[in-house]
Amino acid sequence: MKFTGMTMAAALVAAGAAGAEEVHVYNWSDYIDEELLTKFEEETGIDLIYDVFDSNEILETKLLAGGSGYDVVVPSGTFLSRQIQAGAFQKLDKSKLPNIENMWDAIEERTEKYDPGNEYSVNYMWGSTGIGVNINKVKEVLGDDAPVNSLALLFDPANMEKLASCGVHMLDAPTEVIPAALTYLGEESDAQDYETIEKVEPVLTAIAPHVLKFHSSEYINALANGDICVAFGWSGDILQARDRAAEADNGVEIEYHIPKEGALMWFDQMAIPVDAPNADAAHKFINFIMDANNAAAASNYVYYANGNMASQALLNEDVIGDTAIYPDEETVNNLYTTTTWDPKVNRNVTRLWTKIKSGT
Amino acid sequence: MNFRRLFLILTPYTWLLVFFLIPFAIVFKIALSDYAISIPPYTPQLDLSAGWEGVKSFFSDLDFENFTFLASDALYYSAYLSSLKIAAIATLITLLVGYPVAYGMAQSSDEWRPTLMMLVILPFWTSFLIRVYAWIGILSNEGFLNQALMGIGLIDSPLTILNTNVAVYVGIVYTYLPFMVLPIYSALEKLDGSLIEAAEDLGCSRAQAFWLVTIPLSKPGIIAGCFLVFIPALGEFVIPSLLGGSSTLMIGKVLFEEFFSNRDWPVASAVAVVLLLILIIPIILFQRNEQKQREAGL
Repeated sequence: MKFTGMTMAAALVAAGAAGAEEVHVYNWSDYIDEELLTKFEEETGIDLIYDVFDSNEILETKLLAGGSGYDVVVPSGTFLSRQIQAGAFQKLDKSKLPNIENMWDAIEERTEKYDPGNEYSVNYMWGSTGIGVNINKVKEVLGDDAPVNSLALLFDPANMEKLASCGVHMLDAPTEVIPAALTYLGEESDAQDYETIEKVEPVLTAIAPHVLKFHSSEYINALANGDICVAFGWSGDILQARDRAAEADNGVEIEYHIPKEGALMWFDQMAIPVDAPNADAAHKFINFIMDANNAAAASNYVYYANGNMASQALLNEDVIGDTAIYPDEETVNNLYTTTTWDPKVNRNVTRLWTKIKSGT
Repeated sequence: MNFRRLFLILTPYTWLLVFFLIPFAIVFKIALSDYAISIPPYTPQLDLSAGWEGVKSFFSDLDFENFTFLASDALYYSAYLSSLKIAAIATLITLLVGYPVAYGMAQSSDEWRPTLMMLVILPFWTSFLIRVYAWIGILSNEGFLNQALMGIGLIDSPLTILNTNVAVYVGIVYTYLPFMVLPIYSALEKLDGSLIEAAEDLGCSRAQAFWLVTIPLSKPGIIAGCFLVFIPALGEFVIPSLLGGSSTLMIGKVLFEEFFSNRDWPVASAVAVVLLLILIIPIILFQRNEQKQREAGL
C-alpha cells in the first residue's frame, strides 16, 4: 500500500488543479483484502483514501463531532441505529447501487432492526460473539468434558476459578457481555429495562476477579501466543488467532465455539455520513463492494461472513464450509440480535460495568 | 508606552489566552450542557441567528448538574484518589531512580556528558506507544522477564505482573524517567564543587555534605522533575489501559469511558474540569509559598 500511497500523493499533486476525484473510506482494521482497494482505483479512476479504526466508539465520536471528512464508514448495527437517530447519515440513493440485488434477504431482514427499510446502510460483514478456547489447556484444567460450547464455561464461577490459572480475556464491551449473561440466566437477551439488566450483576461480579483482562482486541495475540486459554470475543478475531497460532506452529490449538444457549449476531454496515464530501463516489465504492466477486474476495481474505448472497458461490471452501463463519441454519436461528439502550439505561449500564470490573 | 514593551507584556498573556483560557472556556461550557442524541452530542447550542434572545436562552439552559452528579457517585471520588496515589508513588519511585542517574551524569567527565545525555534522550526517538507496548512483551506470563527468572531457577511458576498496578508503576517510571533526570541533571551540573569542598573542610562527612549541600541546591531540579512526572501521570490513560488490569482505577480511564462509552461529553468535560482544578489549585498554592519563602530569604 505504501507504493499506492505514493502514487496517490503524486497523482494528487499533478491533478490538484484539475480537481481529481477522491473518496475517503473509514473501515475496521484488518477488514479487507487490500488488492480490492487498488482494483477500485483502477476501475473507477477515483483516488481511494482508506483509513481504519478499531472501535465503534472512536468512529461514533468522530461522526458526532461532525465534519469527519469520510464518505463511507462502517459502524456496527446498534451504533448505526443511534447514529441514524442523531442524523449522522444520508439516505442511500438506491438508483446508484445496481448491485444491491446481490444482497442476502435473510441478513437484510435482521438489519432492519437497526435501519428500518435498510434506507441508510448495506451490510458489509456479519458474525457472532462467542467463545475462543485453547483447547488443550482448557482440557488440562477442566478435564475432557469441559463445557467449551456453553456459556457455563464463562459464567459459572466454579469453572472460571479454575480457568483463571491459565488466563481468561473478555470483551470490554457491556453491549456484548451483558446480553450473554442475560441469556445464561434465561432472561431476554435484549432486555431494555434496567431492573432486568441488573440481574447480571451477581453473576458477573462473581467471575470478574477471575478475568485477567477486559479488552476488545488484545485477546487475538494473547490467544495465539498461548498467554490465555479462554477469550469471549468476536468470531473472526478468534479465527484469526487460530490461524496465527497455526502459522507460528507453536503447539497452540485454538477453537471457536458458538454457545449452545445462543449468541449475539452482529452486523457491520456501510453507510454515508450526512456531510460526506463526495457522496457520489461513496455510492460507487459501496456498489463496488456489493459486486459478487469483490464481496467474495473480501470474505475469503478476512474470514468473516458477508451479507452478499451472490458472492456465496464464489467463496473458498474453507470459508463457506466453516460453520464458525457460516453457521448452519439451526445455529443461526439460535443467534439473537440486540438493540441500543436508551441514554439513561446506557449510563447505568456503563456504571454497572465499571463497578463489575473495578469493584468500585 | 512603547510598542516593544507592550509586545513583551502581551506575548505571555496571549499565549495563556489562546492555549489555556479559550480551550478551558470551551470545555467548561460543555461541562455545563446536557447530553443529547445529535451532532454534536450535547445541548444547548449557541444560536447566534436568533440574536440576543438566542444568547439569553443559551445561558439559561446551562447548569451545574453534571458537577453535582460527579459528587453523588463514589466512583469519581475513588478514581481521583486512586490516580493521585498512583501518580504520587510513581513520582517518588521515579525520583529515587532518577536522582542517582542524574548525579552520576553530573559527576562524570566533560567528554562523557554529551554521550550520557544522548542516551537519556535516545528512547524519545521511538514512539511512546511502541515503548509502552514493548513492556507487554517483557512483563507478560510468557514474557522475557518471567522466562529469564524461570530460566535461572529463581521462580517456578510465572509471576503475574502484566495487568496489575505493578505494571502501571513500571510503565510510568520507565516512560517519565527522562523528565526527572534532565531537570535534576541541569541543577546538579551548575552546582559549584567548591561548596562541597567547603562543607567537608568545615567537618562534614561526604554523606552529610550530600544531604546538607547537594540536595538543597538541587531542589529546584527535584521540584521541576516531580511536577513534570506527577502532572502527566495523574491523567495518564495509555499506560493503565495497556499495562493495567481491570481493577486499575484511574481518572484517565474514567474520562475515556465517559467520552467514548457513555458518549456523554458534558460529564466527561466536568471530569476534566475537576481534574484541572485538582492540579492547578495546589500548584498555585505551592508557587505562592515558594515566592513567600524567597522573599523572606531576601
